[in-house]
Amino acid sequence: MLGILLGALCFLSLFIGSVSFSAAEVFSALLGNADQATTIIIVELRLPRVFMGLLAGATLGLSGASLQGMLRNPLADPGIIGVSSMAGLGAVIAIYMGLTDLFPAAIQIMAILGAMIATFILVLIAARDSSVLTLILAGIGISSLATAAISLTMNFAPNPMTLQDMVMWMLGSLENRTIADILISLPFILIGWALHLGISHGLDACSLGDDTARTLGIDTKKMQLKIILGGAISVGAVVAVCGAIGFVGLVVPHIVRRLIGYAPGKLLIPSALMGAILLISADLFTRIPFGAGQLRLGVVTAIIGAPMFLYIVYKTRRAMR
Amino acid sequence: MTVLSINNLNVTLEENRILSDVSFEVPSGKLVGLIGPNGAGKSILIKSILGLIDGASGDISLDGKDINSWSIKERAQKISYAAQGAPVHWPLTVGHLVSLGRIPHLSPWQSTSTLDQTLTLDAMKKTDVDHLVSRSTTTLSGGERARAMLARAIVTGCEFLLADEPIEALDPYHQMKIMDILKELAETGHGVLLVLHDVNFAQKYCDELILLNEGQIISKGLPEDVLSDENLLKAYQVKATRLEKNGEVFIIPTSRINQD
Repeated sequence: MLGILLGALCFLSLFIGSVSFSAAEVFSALLGNADQATTIIIVELRLPRVFMGLLAGATLGLSGASLQGMLRNPLADPGIIGVSSMAGLGAVIAIYMGLTDLFPAAIQIMAILGAMIATFILVLIAARDSSVLTLILAGIGISSLATAAISLTMNFAPNPMTLQDMVMWMLGSLENRTIADILISLPFILIGWALHLGISHGLDACSLGDDTARTLGIDTKKMQLKIILGGAISVGAVVAVCGAIGFVGLVVPHIVRRLIGYAPGKLLIPSALMGAILLISADLFTRIPFGAGQLRLGVVTAIIGAPMFLYIVYKTRRAMR
Repeated sequence: MTVLSINNLNVTLEENRILSDVSFEVPSGKLVGLIGPNGAGKSILIKSILGLIDGASGDISLDGKDINSWSIKERAQKISYAAQGAPVHWPLTVGHLVSLGRIPHLSPWQSTSTLDQTLTLDAMKKTDVDHLVSRSTTTLSGGERARAMLARAIVTGCEFLLADEPIEALDPYHQMKIMDILKELAETGHGVLLVLHDVNFAQKYCDELILLNEGQIISKGLPEDVLSDENLLKAYQVKATRLEKNGEVFIIPTSRINQD
């Protein structure tokens, strides 16, 4: 069901934009028979955008679902716990230092490094006491630190162009991403996804606490390491290409739970699909013209996601004590 | 008969000696009660046997085989665990909660088979929670929850079951119900080790008792021998009197020594 919906949305994304096309034009462009302008718009602009939306949405949804399962915490999300902002810091530093001139995957690697540092700090702080409060406070701390460091980097931006690059990148977008951008990130994203393979029973068992999970034959430490590394590598790579897109990982598992229940191990694939659906829908929304400027994707997800975050806090406030 | 044997188990946590030279055996077909005052080290002992405590040293073997030579999964197929007041972090259905006990028998890619589902239902019937199969665990009463958790531990099908205070905070009816289930498990060939606080339940149901005090075993053997006045005084610092009714002896603590 979710797969069909996702397919339809992806296809729809090829049609919608500042220039409209008929189905015949889209098909002929995909098959390489259309005129040059149509081919460029469909194949070089819209197709990578849809593809990146798919990868990013699925990564954020998957990572949100696995982190929430692992930490047994409905508020866990790569954004809220500071992983995305640290990935952002890594990327901003790479832009600032012009590292991409030296090495094309520099932004990705720096973003992944940032994401890993954040996750390891979190594990150090919250591993023994995985209460909601500790986790959120650690996340606030890491995010604040990353935001401060990002501001500092912007403060010393060598020229207005670099500064604008950083700002636009931080607002989060799928626009103007080339096939080359995607190809650089793709291996990291796939490695991150692969690390999430085979953890389904482990996450279910962790619903009963780590001790019981271990007596059910789950190597909990190994599983946590896989989720942390997998999340950091894939989210880092997504942030490197799309910038900061918040709240997808937080919101998606909650929607999926309403559809298929609470077992954390069963949420993974549906959350990946739903993440992609949500992000591609949000991206379609950004194509609606509003006044002079254009909506950025990260702004849309934040405007929808932040009230939902508050709603979830409201609903789970008893458990927070 | 299979024997779970614990030899010279020592546990030191943050430089505090928690268990010293603990040795005993749990044979299959027996219900063995682990009793002792608060802080005696009972829960740590159970967790050490399960390999959950890092600072534990000593030999734990099942049928002469060192259990450390097994993988986590192999161990999970032999010994199951019902934790004390175990949390359920998501509002899972009771049916799903109980079926988690089949995880040790599944490969990472396998979902539960018809056999697993039948075993799950059997375990739920045994502990009388089969009518709650679709209920959320958050809506259960204490008694229902304890029975669901026990079904989760039973469905694993392990030869040995370690249960940490399975009747804690239950009313007398449900305490007896759970103890009857555990007794039946032992009678059908399982080895059961359980932590208990109620000395009367320990005496009534257990085949053998182990009395732990300050990390050491001060007595082990038949309940009537372990629960002597002298041992009760030493471990619990209480004087007790005994009442006999219809051939059953009841232990009633009457006063504590070292009154403060």
